[in-house]
Amino acid sequence: MDLLGFARGPALEVSVGIFCAGVVWRIAAFALLKIRREQSRPRQSVLRYVSEGLLATASRSWPHPEFTKRTGAGEALGYSYHMGLFVVILLYGPHIALLGSLVGFTWPGLPSPLITGLAVVTLTLFCGVLFRRLTSPVMRMLSNFDDYFTWFITMLVLVTGLAASAHLGARYETLLAIHILSVDGLLVWFPFGKLMHAFYIMPSRAINGAILARKGAPS
Amino acid sequence: MNPPDPQERTPAERVAGAMASFSRDLGAMSAFRLESCIHCGMCADACHYYIATEDPQYTPIWKVEPFKQAYKREAGAFAPLARLLGFKRAVTAEQLTQWQHLLFDSCNLCGRCSLICPMGIDVAELIEQARHAMFEAGLAPPELYAKAAHQQLTGQPEASVEPYRDQLIAIGARFGVTIPLDATGVDVMLCVPRTDIVQYPAAVAALARVMTHLAVSYTFRSDALVAENYGHYAGSREWQRDISLRLIDQAIACGAKTLLIPECGHAYSVLRWEAADLYGAPLPFEVLAVTEYLAKEVEAGRLALEAATLESATFQDPCQLSRKGGVQHAPRTLLHAMGIELKEMQDHGAFSFCCGGGGGVVDIASAAPLRYRTVETKLREIAATGAATLLTSCSDCRRTFDDASRHFGEHSLDGGPPAASLLELVAQHLPNTASAP
Repeated sequence: MDLLGFARGPALEVSVGIFCAGVVWRIAAFALLKIRREQSRPRQSVLRYVSEGLLATASRSWPHPEFTKRTGAGEALGYSYHMGLFVVILLYGPHIALLGSLVGFTWPGLPSPLITGLAVVTLTLFCGVLFRRLTSPVMRMLSNFDDYFTWFITMLVLVTGLAASAHLGARYETLLAIHILSVDGLLVWFPFGKLMHAFYIMPSRAINGAILARKGAPS
Repeated sequence: MNPPDPQERTPAERVAGAMASFSRDLGAMSAFRLESCIHCGMCADACHYYIATEDPQYTPIWKVEPFKQAYKREAGAFAPLARLLGFKRAVTAEQLTQWQHLLFDSCNLCGRCSLICPMGIDVAELIEQARHAMFEAGLAPPELYAKAAHQQLTGQPEASVEPYRDQLIAIGARFGVTIPLDATGVDVMLCVPRTDIVQYPAAVAALARVMTHLAVSYTFRSDALVAENYGHYAGSREWQRDISLRLIDQAIACGAKTLLIPECGHAYSVLRWEAADLYGAPLPFEVLAVTEYLAKEVEAGRLALEAATLESATFQDPCQLSRKGGVQHAPRTLLHAMGIELKEMQDHGAFSFCCGGGGGVVDIASAAPLRYRTVETKLREIAATGAATLLTSCSDCRRTFDDASRHFGEHSLDGGPPAASLLELVAQHLPNTASAP
């Protein structure tokens, strides 16, 4: 078996297995803890506060105007690279072909040169994110191995993907194998680190939002 | 010889106490909150302690760092791995001692940080649980511990020459209002902030005067006069429960349909949102803040207020009422009913900055220098409104502002206008009560 075969064969299978089992275990480990039943009388109906919780999934996507001046730039940077990543992952032809084979349908993509350009922009934004984490006293204090390793493994996927698509530095098959191996690595790391926020973000906003809305408090 | 320190512990006992409390409090929701933090640091930008100092240690989520550490090491999905690989160190007594300043001196439990988190984490809720652990570690600030212990035993947070009951009767006599005590079969039971009894007796008289004007059957209860809950401030879940139960039992005993919380933000939060959990069932009466009770009376047409002579005023939203309790419109309804032009601060309503005294911080001597530094943000916003009067509906906010006024006055700085009680203003504008307190 060659490197490419290994990367998209057994390595991918094992990493997907670790990803799935790890994600389920990581969520189950806290979701199965006791849930305190609120005994106070709610200020609003269940329908109203659950709806407000669901609305919070959207409203928390951008800071309240009172906070924008202090946090708007940082949040914009964060969203920009996330959007760049999503576009590159979901709208690049070879990715669509791979994902389409899994879900049974495909969708239109963007031209490869445009995707390459977006990937370079995303890469630049990603460097900006690291720069910010290293230079902001607050973020530097909060950061740990998880933050830096997650940055590194995501960056690796982007860089190897760019190298593979541009046929830079080695045979295409080798570059593709390295890219897929980096994705395998990301999948293995996913349940152990902060990449889990992909699963947490919407439920967290909704549940905390509903708890606040139950009191009639804004979320 | 000095009496032994009731919070004296060995380092091992401190850690064991904190971890036992942490385990007891840890449920699916708190674990989810600890799991969800992405270390973005945005909560710092909502916190008045960080804004005033730019010191990263005041980042709200950092204030629970030992407990995030403990969660990942002891209870998270991959805790054995975290221990094995040494990713998370065990929490130490030194670390807990260091964090006392962050969890008590520099957090008002105001919840502004909970509104900024892009993950939606209620950081203030985590900090409240961390305070429980600190209490069990013997690390509550001595002032809060002493007041909580005294209140749990006697109902009063401190000894007084005259019991509060007698002081209440004296206030009634001084201001010429009837203070009904220990009646049964009433509709409403009242309690009073200890701060008002000691420092703002006119607010106590105003409360009685308004209730009398509304012709409601109401009473104070000698055994449950104090609204504040120092058990909550100190981080003792058990004492918080005991102190809350004192009020709950008395409300049940007098048959009240409503427990009316005076101008005290934390008392409202504790009794409206937390007491039922500690009681173990929904409370058999409703809990209302005095502002929302009066606003309902105004809206129902049962309470008319005379126009006030104040040209304009600004209003300090108490965090526990406005941001965390959902009582934002009621004070504005009352101000509107008196025809007062409200000049809002830049950050108002749910986004208002805390006065800096909440969460028991105004009682902690070691917190004072930082508190004065922090309140400057608020004072600047008040000054920018140009309003001549600062109104609030929380006696601790009022006490904090008055204290800041004194402090800055001594340094020849403008500490802003003195804070006044919205309730007192309402009492002064009841029909035919021109000379009311």
